Amino acid sequence: MNAPLGTLDRPNSYIGRSVSRPNAKRLLAGRGRYVTDLVLPRMLHATFLRSPYAHARIVSVDLGAARAMPGVRLVATGAELAKLCTPWTGTLDHFKGMKSAPQLPLPVEEVLWSGQAVIAVVAETRAQAEDAAEAIIVAFEELPPVVEIDQAREPDADRAALAVADNLCFHSRLDTGSIDEVFAGAAHIVEEEFLFGRHTAVTLEPRAIIAHWDASEGKLTVHHATQTPYQFQDLYSRHYGIPEASVRVIAPDIGGSFGMKLHVYPEDMAVVGLSMLCGRPVKFVADRIESFVSDIHARDHRVRARMALDGKGTILAVDVDDVTAIGAFSTYPRTSAVEGNQVIRLIGAPYRFRDYRAELSVVFQNKVQTSQYRAVGHPIACTVTERLVDLAAAKAGLDPIAMREKNLIADDAYPCDSPTGYKFEALSHQASLKKLKALMDYDALRAEQAALRRRGIHRGIGIASFVEISNPSPAFYGIGGARISAQDGAIITVTPSGEVRCLISVTEQGQGTETIIGQVVADQLGVPRERVRVMTGDTETTPHGGATWACRGAGIGGETALQASRKLRGNVLLVAATILQAKADELDMREGVIVDAPTGAERISLAEVARIAYFRSDTLPPGVSAQLSVAHHYAPQGYPFAFTNGVQGCHVELDTQTGFVRILKHWVVEDCGRIINPLLVDEQVRGGVVQGLGAAFFEECRYDENGQLTNGSLADYLVPMACEMPDIVVGHIETPTADTELGAKGCGEAGTAAASAAALNAVNDAMSPFGASIAQIPMTPARLLRALGAI
Amino acid sequence: MKARAFSYVRPATLAEAFDAFAAAGGEASYIAGGQSLVPALALRLQAPECLVDIADIAELRGISQEGEWLRLGALTRHVEAHDDPLIAACAPLLALAAPHVAHPAIRNRGTLGGSVALADPASEFPAMMLAMDAEMEIAGPAGRRRVPATEFFQDLYQTAIEPGELLVALHIPLARPEHRCDFDELARRRGDYAIVGCGVMLALPQEVVSEARIAFLSVGPTPVRARAAEAALTGNRLDGDATRRAQAALSEDLDPAEDEQVPAAMRLHLARVLLGRLLGRIAGAA
Repeated sequence: MNAPLGTLDRPNSYIGRSVSRPNAKRLLAGRGRYVTDLVLPRMLHATFLRSPYAHARIVSVDLGAARAMPGVRLVATGAELAKLCTPWTGTLDHFKGMKSAPQLPLPVEEVLWSGQAVIAVVAETRAQAEDAAEAIIVAFEELPPVVEIDQAREPDADRAALAVADNLCFHSRLDTGSIDEVFAGAAHIVEEEFLFGRHTAVTLEPRAIIAHWDASEGKLTVHHATQTPYQFQDLYSRHYGIPEASVRVIAPDIGGSFGMKLHVYPEDMAVVGLSMLCGRPVKFVADRIESFVSDIHARDHRVRARMALDGKGTILAVDVDDVTAIGAFSTYPRTSAVEGNQVIRLIGAPYRFRDYRAELSVVFQNKVQTSQYRAVGHPIACTVTERLVDLAAAKAGLDPIAMREKNLIADDAYPCDSPTGYKFEALSHQASLKKLKALMDYDALRAEQAALRRRGIHRGIGIASFVEISNPSPAFYGIGGARISAQDGAIITVTPSGEVRCLISVTEQGQGTETIIGQVVADQLGVPRERVRVMTGDTETTPHGGATWACRGAGIGGETALQASRKLRGNVLLVAATILQAKADELDMREGVIVDAPTGAERISLAEVARIAYFRSDTLPPGVSAQLSVAHHYAPQGYPFAFTNGVQGCHVELDTQTGFVRILKHWVVEDCGRIINPLLVDEQVRGGVVQGLGAAFFEECRYDENGQLTNGSLADYLVPMACEMPDIVVGHIETPTADTELGAKGCGEAGTAAASAAALNAVNDAMSPFGASIAQIPMTPARLLRALGAI
Repeated sequence: MKARAFSYVRPATLAEAFDAFAAAGGEASYIAGGQSLVPALALRLQAPECLVDIADIAELRGISQEGEWLRLGALTRHVEAHDDPLIAACAPLLALAAPHVAHPAIRNRGTLGGSVALADPASEFPAMMLAMDAEMEIAGPAGRRRVPATEFFQDLYQTAIEPGELLVALHIPLARPEHRCDFDELARRRGDYAIVGCGVMLALPQEVVSEARIAFLSVGPTPVRARAAEAALTGNRLDGDATRRAQAALSEDLDPAEDEQVPAAMRLHLARVLLGRLLGRIAGAA
């Protein structure tokens, strides 16, 4: 592996160094400024009366008592907000035939899930608003709810939303053509039906928003806990008919998002209208119960899949049927079909085979909508693939590692295409597997497993290779008609003191975006990192860009910062050369000092150049004008995505009497291209693994037959906690993308992508002496005891 | 969510507390550590007009040995059950159960009296009152009485405490040298309410069980004494046969409700596994 650029690999480069976060101390000291912390003058508080039914018609509402309650300033219905806000529909043009019911901030006639906001109350305090909400009387006429996947697909099924003709949101099919013949001639076929539970993001900071419509200047300012301020600036502008330049969205400190905070939520759209109706700032902060019934959920797939093999264990073909239930409408503006689409396109991605067929059905039901959440579709595709690979290995009499060595795409086979149409630039499956095997001390673990089995201790080892999608180009959303940018922009300025300010469109939710951007700027400009201040998350001050999702912060944001920094560096050296009467190409800037490039001799400090440029431009020759700010945009070109890869190993101990699983250790080898900050990459991987293990063992949104969420609290919805989490060992392979000079790809979803697959394989490995198996997550004690035949 | 508005008083004596409760016309709640009540208020599951905070009532505090009994004031905190040497010596089962009760932040505020008075069937301490054969001292405007644990827990969240009365103290018979006890539970995550939990207290003067008390949590609307399992052990050596008979007898003792997540058969199965492991540990240590 040769890096494309020498400057990135200098021994003292900031790139590749475990630099700590500049904002960590402030956040740890409790000095974060989250939306919840903000108090604006004249601010009111909103709460919502929510539907107690999964599907119902609103017959009548009586708001008189609520309007008379102390402190109440407004009680608003869907009809009132519909006069201000145009409806939206969660479809994309390139998903042919996709349909979904139009949505409004609050429903006018029909409620579609239990917990849907129905009536808004705005009062001087949240408690007063809640008191008044209790006094609202709504007469509902219950309609039959659509709850189960199969129920939704029956020919004469009740409709989840009366505005759409049937419950099929989207259908898609991939077919390379000769699947049936390949299966007919296969030496071995393995198959399984997989169930993936619904789960949700559970961010530390819930959704929060303050909208402030100032009629005096026709301006809307929204403080919004979101990943994507520009997207919301555009949406508020278009749906409320306010010129884009008069809408300012500010995303201050954000306490986690994981994809959950980039979707349009009815409450958020409503709050904008409520502020317009009240003429005052209106705040809404979702409490935890509201989060469970209104944040997007994810997963909820049933996948039937089979794999064909030749007599030597070579994978020949895969055939897949995926049905996913997404709630009563498709989420706006990214839709609820992307997850299923990525499931069927990522299945089998690490492996060398040519024949593939997949059927995707996305159906409506009366539950909270599902949409993009960390590692969209990846854990499902990975679990299906990797369990089939393990079943195939058993059929072929191969060890799981040997099976993968045999079938993973060779590291020298790139570039290549997947049978599902993805184009891979360069991946490192074989090198990653080799490294994982060494990290795990795999052969010793197998020997220990055999010895312990003789003593009645049942441990399991699971392996899962994965491909992760990162750095999406406009082919992802732009092509489908969504105004979601694939480019990013940065404005970098040298201040009069010689410090550096970088305003950039990628955003920070706690993962360290600002840290790595600061590293790239410091490195490429040639200044100490402490002198670089990175600012994000304000549409009024930062350039328009895609912001943070799909692991694009490092790859696209980082490249934007790199190119902008180099441009600014050229400008600085030009001024310095004029001052020094030297040639710019013989100068360099290192740690904030302009030096002779060949000798490193110090010539003039950046601060002195800035002082002259800002205050003594009269000393510069005529015609010289210092450009100490640059604005620069970068959009990915070349490959439509920068795919990354890796492999995970999970070691568990199964208590066969109780169905409890202890996760002993977890290993990840990942390849995110150039690593800008190893500390932050490891944190991303570990956090992602924990979310994946949460999905594997704990997290599930459970509904009863009436469509009521039965575990919508943190007492009942089990998030993974430190006590149950294992040590996570992380190793790296670096295969930079040649599409950018930085060479970085994404890493935020790698951990989540394969952790649940590795865990499922490990548990199945532990159960193998009993002839038992499981193909459902989360793997709860009840499910495992049933699989073992103990209950 | 935010709690509905309520008034708040903090009396210094029991008499004042009873008066304050009465003055609210039945719309009052006593509050001690608040670890169950405050969430219920925030969720508006409960909305009393008045909270009577009993934290300042000195009589409700204190850990002391009184003859053959250990007296624990109702305001004794979970963390004291976890740490206090006198509790560890006199009521070791309580100390064994304490680490399983929620998390340190909750144990710092939650009170034993509050937990026992709430009588959540999934809580550890109420079940341990049964296993230890404790007596609850209840006081009210009409006077005081002591109620044995076997009569105290009546139904889901229902105890012998009448409206307006307060649990004043827990009285626990001192553990004797021949007593062996152990506690364990099966919880999805450390600190969660358990799927099933069990405390065992055996008198093993020689090798034969002369007395057995076994109490389960999370198996029904109240904490449950497993009398049939106790009988299977009493008078027998603590060996594999006796253990198997006790495990089998649990079908007479326990009648867990059907639950989508934890089917009744699974809960009974896990109760048997747990009892077997506890008896095995006691036998191994004896």
